Amino acid sequence: MSAIQPNALQLATTGFLARFEGNSGLRTDPIRRRAAETLRHIGLPTQREEAWHFTSLRPLAGIAFQGVHTTHDHGHDLLARMSGISGPRLVFVNGRHDTAVSEMPDFTTVGEPTLNEPDDAVSMLNTMFADDGAHIEIPPGVDAESILLVSLGVADGEPVAFHPRHRIQLHPGARLTLIDVSLGRGTYLNNPVFDIEVAEGATLVHLRLQDDATDAFHLSSVRANIAARGTYDSFALTLGARLARMEVHANLAGEHGAAHLNAAQLLGGVQHADFTTVVAHDAPSCASRQTVKNVLTGKSRGVFQGRIEVARIAQKTDGYQMNQALLLSPDAEIDSKPQLQIYADDVKCSHGATVGELDLDQLFYLRSRGISEPDARAILVRAFLAEALDPITHDQTRALMENAIEAWWQGRHI
Amino acid sequence: MLEIKGLCAGIEEKEILRGIDLVVPQGEVHAIMGPNGSGKSTLSYVLAGREGYEVTAGTATFEGHDLLDMEPEQRAAAGLFLAFQYPVELPGVGNANFLRTALNSIRRARGEPELDAVAFLKMARLEIKRLAMADDMLKRNVNVGFSGGEKKRNEVLQMAILRPKLAILDETDSGLDIDALKIVADGVNASRGPDFSALVITHYQRLLDYIVPDRVHVLSAGRIIRSGGPELAHELEAHGYAGVVNEAA
Ligand SMILES: Nc1ncnc2c1ncn2[C@@H]1O[C@H](COP(=O)(O)OP(=O)(O)OP(=O)(O)O)[C@@H](O)[C@H]1O
Ligand SMILES: [Mg+2]
Repeated sequence: MSAIQPNALQLATTGFLARFEGNSGLRTDPIRRRAAETLRHIGLPTQREEAWHFTSLRPLAGIAFQGVHTTHDHGHDLLARMSGISGPRLVFVNGRHDTAVSEMPDFTTVGEPTLNEPDDAVSMLNTMFADDGAHIEIPPGVDAESILLVSLGVADGEPVAFHPRHRIQLHPGARLTLIDVSLGRGTYLNNPVFDIEVAEGATLVHLRLQDDATDAFHLSSVRANIAARGTYDSFALTLGARLARMEVHANLAGEHGAAHLNAAQLLGGVQHADFTTVVAHDAPSCASRQTVKNVLTGKSRGVFQGRIEVARIAQKTDGYQMNQALLLSPDAEIDSKPQLQIYADDVKCSHGATVGELDLDQLFYLRSRGISEPDARAILVRAFLAEALDPITHDQTRALMENAIEAWWQGRHI
Repeated sequence: MLEIKGLCAGIEEKEILRGIDLVVPQGEVHAIMGPNGSGKSTLSYVLAGREGYEVTAGTATFEGHDLLDMEPEQRAAAGLFLAFQYPVELPGVGNANFLRTALNSIRRARGEPELDAVAFLKMARLEIKRLAMADDMLKRNVNVGFSGGEKKRNEVLQMAILRPKLAILDETDSGLDIDALKIVADGVNASRGPDFSALVITHYQRLLDYIVPDRVHVLSAGRIIRSGGPELAHELEAHGYAGVVNEAA
């Protein structure tokens, strides 16, 4: 670690604090104030902190993010990619709800969020600035089908930062598929936080596509509380942003709850993406599943940190974690850190990691059948990702994801 | 059709093929027999273009074109097909998709129109029936969880669909039950004609009772030490390689 790191981070910290102090609407709120005070005292996390060992926020330094929300460019053309997805949609442009292109879903309001105390750096930043977001509350027993939530980042001039705060509440027995897509152009910081409550017997399917602009930063955090027999079933596909960190904190609070925190990260160039999860098994007989696939080209770097905490009472816990990486270039790098903290004695927890290149025998087999080398490589990469995509039962979203992967492959593979 | 002259090839420092001379004229079926480790699979891999082999001497031409200068996919498009001794599993790749991609890649390379999914499936189902394979073979991932015999039949299915001009069958009979052996042999025999040649690598006389070869070659320690008519296979069956090898030496 070089000596300039604290300085760069201090610079970034100072930038955020100055923006905060300059906004009289924000700085009077006690929860925001406390978040800002914490930031002032401890600063943005350095790589000396265990949770940030593999990911540096230094690239944020020296970028004067503005809190502006209006641009000439509304980025509505970017919505064309979502034309295959029917149903209601909520569109946020630079963190602000855009009524013109939204189709208000049932059970939904938008506006100033209710804040709670943050406990990670990503949420802390969000808490200081969050002033808009969706509040989706599905009543007991209702199957709300799907809602598309789109974040467009459009920085046509100065770099912008936005910090939407979404609250998703499913009452007992409710169901929802939330399709969560972020796209954009220009240099911006997309810093969303999701507060999620899955009540007894409810199911939230959270399908996420992070395809933020090449120069963008993505720092997001999900905090999901899952009650008895509830399911939080998430899959996140990361393609975009030069620096991305997705945190998911899932708390299995009642018996027979389930959390699926699956992800795929497809990176190229000098991209850095970090998928960090913490699953707290606080009740007996819950299951957690995490399969993370990385396809890394160029000089990109993928990180997966997965922590499973099994409380003393959480007997019969079933935890599974797997991180797989396909390195398509000698300069790409994967860092994988599983962490199991188990305080119960009757549990089944496993983790594993594989790192490899494309299999030469498989490549030759395909080519010997007349398939060109680039096509053969594409087939094998898609096959590697199939396991991650197969569980997506929402066909329209699956097609969106597959098209995004195809576009990524066409544009970025080496 | 296929002309191999003085072919020497190996892996890293190890010399495996030590001067192979072999001509398979158009329309003929030749068999290669030989002890384990004599270089039969190595020869088939070198002809199909697998990476990792160093050709140190000799030539191999296919319809007059320098085979060794072509990429594996170009060789396939030119009409060469290798049925692998050990077919490769492709988890996550559906068999139907694989076959259609292969067929259309070859058709494209030859300037022929591609087949759409419907036309392809119709044709594939027909071939599957002819090979007495289970219908779900098309839906499954390529060779994943296939039994030994099913993998071999899947190789033959690929051959039937891709319709090569020259098929190299590397121990395709090993692992096949008696009925399957007949079906495969019938398949090869049905393709026989002026536009189809084959190089059949086998350890067993039995296959050659069904696919009667025009010539039989014995490969030993990287060289063809004897060639003859179909009766050579019977001689080998009776006396083993030892007799033939000693005689040649
Ligand atoms: N990758 C490799 N590295 C080292 N040696 C190899 C390699 N591949 C083949 N060989 C050696 O080359 C020789 C020829 O192997 P090959 O597979 O061509 O034999 P074969 O005639 O097909 O035998 P079989 O009848 O058992 O299939 C063997 O001694 C084998 O061990
Ligand atoms: Mg062999």
